[in-house]
Amino acid sequence: MKRALLLVTIGLAALAPFSVCAQNSNAQKNGTILIKNATLLTVTHGNIEHGSILIRDGKIAEVGTDLKTPDGATVIDANGQYVMPGIIDCHSHIAIDGGVNEGSVSVSSMANIADVLNPDDLSIYDDLAGGVTAANVLHGSANAIGGQTIVIKLRWGKTASQLPFEGALPGIKFALGENPKRSNFTPPPGVDPRYPATRLGVEETIRAAFIEARQYKKTWDDYRQQKAAGNQNLIPPRRDEKLEPLVEVLEGKRYVHSHCYRADEILMLIRVANEFGFKVRTFQHVLEGYKVADEIAASGAGGSTFSDWWAYKMEAFDAIPYNAALMTDRGVIVSVNSDDAEEARHLNQEAAKSMKYGGLSANDALKLITLNPAIQLGIDNRVGSIDVGKDADLAIFNHDPLSVYAVVQKTLIDGQVYFDRQRDIDARPALEKEKQDLLAKEKSAAEEKKKEEKSEGKSEKKPDAKKKQPPTRQSMGQVAGGGL
Amino acid sequence: MRGAISVKSPSFQLIAFCLVLSLAFPLWSQPAADIYAIKGARIYTLAGPAIDSGTVVIRDGKIAAVGANVAVPGDAQVIDAAGLEVYPGMFDPITQIGLSEVGAVSATVDARELGAFNPELIAATAVNPASAHIPVTRASGITEVMAVPGIGGFDSEGGGVITGQASAFNLTGWTMEQMQINPQVAMVLNWPSIDARSFDFSTFSFKEKPYTEAKKEYEKSVNEISDWLVRSRHYAQAKEKGSPDLFLRDLKLEALVPVVQGKLPLLVVADEARDIRNAVDFCAKQNLKMILASGSESWKVKDLLKEKKIPVILGPTERLPEKQDDPYDKPMTQPAELNAAGIPFAFSSFGTSFSRRLSQYAGTAVGYGLPHDEALKAVMLNAAQIFGLADQIGTLEPGKLANIIVTTGDPLEIQTQVRYLFIKGQLTSTDNRHRDLYEQYRKRPVPTR
Repeated sequence: MKRALLLVTIGLAALAPFSVCAQNSNAQKNGTILIKNATLLTVTHGNIEHGSILIRDGKIAEVGTDLKTPDGATVIDANGQYVMPGIIDCHSHIAIDGGVNEGSVSVSSMANIADVLNPDDLSIYDDLAGGVTAANVLHGSANAIGGQTIVIKLRWGKTASQLPFEGALPGIKFALGENPKRSNFTPPPGVDPRYPATRLGVEETIRAAFIEARQYKKTWDDYRQQKAAGNQNLIPPRRDEKLEPLVEVLEGKRYVHSHCYRADEILMLIRVANEFGFKVRTFQHVLEGYKVADEIAASGAGGSTFSDWWAYKMEAFDAIPYNAALMTDRGVIVSVNSDDAEEARHLNQEAAKSMKYGGLSANDALKLITLNPAIQLGIDNRVGSIDVGKDADLAIFNHDPLSVYAVVQKTLIDGQVYFDRQRDIDARPALEKEKQDLLAKEKSAAEEKKKEEKSEGKSEKKPDAKKKQPPTRQSMGQVAGGGL
Repeated sequence: MRGAISVKSPSFQLIAFCLVLSLAFPLWSQPAADIYAIKGARIYTLAGPAIDSGTVVIRDGKIAAVGANVAVPGDAQVIDAAGLEVYPGMFDPITQIGLSEVGAVSATVDARELGAFNPELIAATAVNPASAHIPVTRASGITEVMAVPGIGGFDSEGGGVITGQASAFNLTGWTMEQMQINPQVAMVLNWPSIDARSFDFSTFSFKEKPYTEAKKEYEKSVNEISDWLVRSRHYAQAKEKGSPDLFLRDLKLEALVPVVQGKLPLLVVADEARDIRNAVDFCAKQNLKMILASGSESWKVKDLLKEKKIPVILGPTERLPEKQDDPYDKPMTQPAELNAAGIPFAFSSFGTSFSRRLSQYAGTAVGYGLPHDEALKAVMLNAAQIFGLADQIGTLEPGKLANIIVTTGDPLEIQTQVRYLFIKGQLTSTDNRHRDLYEQYRKRPVPTR
């Protein structure tokens, strides 16, 4: 109980920096920032040596080599450093509260990631520290038709309602192959095996769901038509939260992001999509995409793949690290994704592998983690390159980000610095001291229980560094009590 | 899970594939010439300063000469390596290569045995020389690895306490006999952890138990380990007295004898500082030669590791911090910290399909402060020293195995290609399953509609 009380106290104390952070960020948002002396990797119009970026109201206002510093602007001198567009992770499972998989049914389209966004997930900070500014957050791959997905910006320290990428079209996760047919999964005792158990059944599950969805759409269309025609005595159809997202897919209002591995199942979904008149927006993982790259390109779908994962399961045995380059060569819009909070920390390295395997140019390699995922998520009008008018979502590296030695120095979203390596390092001694103090306090708590409870309010002095700054990974970790 | 192998089963396909692969073997594995001279390259011997432009002479599988002014033998096949760089091949000391083909297909995995104590099992017994992982891995400049039973990786979960013996081998050869460097390099011990929180698969959720209960389980497990060691000592004594009639031969106890005698190192897997401290303490009391494996929190026990001279085989730098309130970059900065503290360490993938990321793990550590020359040693030399194999591999010095890579540049940099590969003095192909599939599908005609 003492421990619980202590944690509550820490939790309350930690609220202080949040409010300060919010004030800071609002001030910054309306402010002007000049990043100067950097190598700019614009992605859309080449690299600019000794370049500057002027940020106003969270947007890129000017890009060039000869920008004047406006009065009152905050200057970031990035001498010798590289600025690239913020990295966009087209397949992420961060910031999800509770389980990633709703594994009980084969069509779980009623489940929505937007309902369970967790802004306190430390992975947000970890990935931010890898230069990631936006992520497509999806359910797992346990269902042929999975849950609804959402694109977020990694606004660490903000609330759940401030994470979603404004205006980004929501998506839905589909999954094909071993995972939805549960080849590598033994149901716990008492749980029956679930249909489907074959790729044939996966296809049927998707088709059956869309037949249902098409009928449901027709019911509603008829109702609305009759109502518009002035018929007053109508009972509206019963709402179905499973079918509504699928109707949105049919109407082009929701993107399909489909997990897949083998070439045959990729073609299968293209056929099913054609039958029902919808488009697959992205094939995710798509490790055999190189075998049917022409068909994927013709369907208009993008491919979001891994750099060099293979052989962890049978359907990944033909996975090759040349996949991104081969699909690119055949005209597919390709991105490299993480599928993992750790992998997302070095997507720049993963993108660079497509230069080694398949000979992509440096700029095409950068596109795999910037402009291309932005196109795939329909947000390329806002992010994905360093262009005037786009959101100031940027990652600043100390070396060329396609080098293994490059380390992120700062990450900006909407023109605000959400990650600053130096600030993180500077905050560590104070946080370590705070932790040790808390541990010492807990250790002596038993002896001076009463005495301490009285003086607790007074003794909660926070180090200055923490008070003025937005939270770091460590400060949040301490709140979560990980080290305790 | 599956019964007999059917033609349509994945395992059959795998076996068929392996057969095809083995047929392809002779094309590049014939000993075309025994004498090679790699000429005009920048040479990093790791035994001294780099040589700006020099020659490496290879004869009978070994390095015959290295230097700036080495004569090229008249009968040597000359590799003009001007503009290229020469290094010892990389060594990945903890993998399941050869023991695991497709992680999720149990029929293709021999990396973990049932039962907690299996010291008599030797990885080399079941290393598949025709594994597709072998050519894929060596194409990234890794010339030798160890297969280690019972240690988890990304695609192979660990299991057991004393799980068997690690085997070191070269990444080419027709048979394990031809490939092996040393089949019995170290005994593996998964140090028991005091785990109050465990994942329960029956409910698919985490289960908490009281610390005292977890501690009791831990102590029971440590007592079991002690018991095995005590019995092994008794066994050794009985055997020494030369009375074979008085005792039955026991493979498990016999396998532990070199361990209790301090001749065979114990590769101890532990991550949390508390577990590392306990393991070090245990090994010191038992007079065992300990090598720490994984060691996520080695940085917390630097003084102890230094004092007890415990080397560390580090897992991937690319992992999340062990604890929630650790700095976000701790796994990346730890190698630099260990280096500064003077603790010998090497990098390892702990995996199969991720073995080719070995250089990336080291390169990442350089970005976070590890000196570049130390990072090279940590993927080429240090593991050889730690496991007592440095008389054969690890540097470019006369008399050592000619396991050599010729690269287009810095081998830690992602875009660098391995241009030539020598294993045991043989010019070895960098072709592999991935490049074959690439070439095959690159040529696929655009389908007509």
